[in-house]
Amino acid sequence: MALLEVRNVTRRFGDFVAVDDVSLSIEAGEFFCLLGPSGCGKTTLLRMIAGFDAPDGGSIWIDGRDMTGVPPEQRDVHTVFQSYALFPHMTVEQNIGFPLRMEKVPPADISKRVEEALDDVSLSGMAKRYPSELSGGQRQRVAVARALVDRPKILLLDEPLAALDAKLKEKMQLELITLQREVGIAFVYVTHDQQEALALAHRIAVMNKARVEQLDEPSRLYSFPRNRFVADFIGTCNILDAQVLEYDAGRMRLRLEGLGEVTALGLEGPKPGDRGILALRPEQVAIGRQLALHPEENHFAGRVFDFLYLGDVTVYVVELGNGSRIEAMLPNSAPGKVKFFEAGDAVEVSWRYDAGRFLRE
Amino acid sequence: MTRLRLGRWAVSAPPLLYLVVFFAIPTLIMVGASFRSPGEFGGLAPLFTRDETGWHPELTLESYARVFTDALYLELFLKSLWYALLTTLLCLLLGYPLALLIARSPRGHRDVLVLLVILPFWSNFLIRVYAWMIILGPESVFLSPFNRLLVLAGLEPITLLFTPFAVIVGMVYVHLPFMVLPLYANLEKHDPALLDAAQDLGANATQRFWRVTFPLSLPGVFAGSALVLIPAFGMFAIPDILGGTSGIMIGNVIKQQFLDTRDWPFGSVLSITLTVIAIALAGLAAAYARRSRF
Repeated sequence: MALLEVRNVTRRFGDFVAVDDVSLSIEAGEFFCLLGPSGCGKTTLLRMIAGFDAPDGGSIWIDGRDMTGVPPEQRDVHTVFQSYALFPHMTVEQNIGFPLRMEKVPPADISKRVEEALDDVSLSGMAKRYPSELSGGQRQRVAVARALVDRPKILLLDEPLAALDAKLKEKMQLELITLQREVGIAFVYVTHDQQEALALAHRIAVMNKARVEQLDEPSRLYSFPRNRFVADFIGTCNILDAQVLEYDAGRMRLRLEGLGEVTALGLEGPKPGDRGILALRPEQVAIGRQLALHPEENHFAGRVFDFLYLGDVTVYVVELGNGSRIEAMLPNSAPGKVKFFEAGDAVEVSWRYDAGRFLRE
Repeated sequence: MTRLRLGRWAVSAPPLLYLVVFFAIPTLIMVGASFRSPGEFGGLAPLFTRDETGWHPELTLESYARVFTDALYLELFLKSLWYALLTTLLCLLLGYPLALLIARSPRGHRDVLVLLVILPFWSNFLIRVYAWMIILGPESVFLSPFNRLLVLAGLEPITLLFTPFAVIVGMVYVHLPFMVLPLYANLEKHDPALLDAAQDLGANATQRFWRVTFPLSLPGVFAGSALVLIPAFGMFAIPDILGGTSGIMIGNVIKQQFLDTRDWPFGSVLSITLTVIAIALAGLAAAYARRSRF
């Protein structure tokens, strides 16, 4: 049995359905992400797991026990809040010791365990400081240490890195991964940042409009998005409207709206005449002044409309014959060369037939 | 730069002037008066007397000596302090739950509730105290049926008016808003996420209150207590109306010295002593509040 089971949970606020029949199961020791845009219901779901809110339908089970009617203080679950919610009138030490004091752990044990917890998050010298005397990253670590000190079964994290700058965020992500592996406690991590989710999680549930759109490992979510929303939300993606023309021997012929016919990997299910999209990652699209024609590849000519120089790579927006645009990504790693194309350059783009993915609407 | 400075003066000069004229100068006059002798028919004796050797200033510490040697006044100060402390404590006990209730009400209801707290200020202070005379009096609809029962049962009827009890009731009633408002101002600013965090980390309702809400509200507790304690300490109107002879406080004696006995120097000394004690108490509270820094 899974450590945490969310069974058909629904939550309504008046007419608004915040969480709609969501089921998930999370295993012990797992780093699980709830990913979705703001308002998708991920925080509501987290609050229901913590016990601050009750489902209107369905149930939540922790370690084989139905949590219906169990208040937050009696659940073996702790939360790291987005604002950290450190007690401003307590020192770092007192903050971290708080859950132990609530459990009436003997004072000698408390100071020992607080010391260990401080060590875990490398804040050993900060015991006597007040939260107002700490930096953002240090506060975040205190919040994590406080939530882990009495070893809950599950740690819930509500966008804990949202307030940090990019560089610190990356550092804290690495720290969280290490810490999670060390303590072996299941983390349920809520974020709207798809890169963060991909970097951190063992598994991700992508939520949209109160429902789970897809639940999978990061690499599978990225490579095999199940629908338009997931393809668009995770990473960047060229989304081309397409219609199935024929299906033959593992390949499909698609007509891209106003662009022409392409070959794509054949999938079970779609029938000729079905409409949908072809989802194509920019890094799967080759770009060059002149690309050799190849039977395995789809090939179009166009003009560089604009580009985004990102340091390690450049993303070129190529305008094709009929005015539709496609993004192609090129690493800036060619020796002696800084930039390959300028806006207005005539270029060709191509992708292998098995690069893109047809998704029915 | 100069214009800015001029602007600052223009803004701060009127209140400063007001304080100098109506607070600083009267205080200095009072301090001066405390070292002089009372006049024959009240007021102050002349500052200088003249004899054959010339003019002599008439300054004396006699009034001070009287305050610190006559046990009656020390007792009165202690009694007044005790009444004031009791009033403060009762205001805190009554006001805290009320302030918390308002602070935790839906945002739209809070203003209405705060308005209800300050509503009594719309009628005159003395009228409200006189109303208590009726409520606590022997003919009151609350007391008289109860007393009739007591008499039927062969017991003594109880008297509330003109007792220390009536003074405390009146003082608590009058000062309650001064406790509730600073407490509410403090409690309303508390981040609700802190209570969520405490609950999430295993604290039950009692623990959440004593470990999070109360310690964070201490600045409000101190502010409210100072606003109640200091005026309550020097109060004379309420003991005058509700206290009778047994409920007299130091404020009444000061009033008597100025208006009835007309011993201004002694009244000034009592008044200065009262002020010094009040400042010392406020300083003590402030020092204690500073210790809980965050």
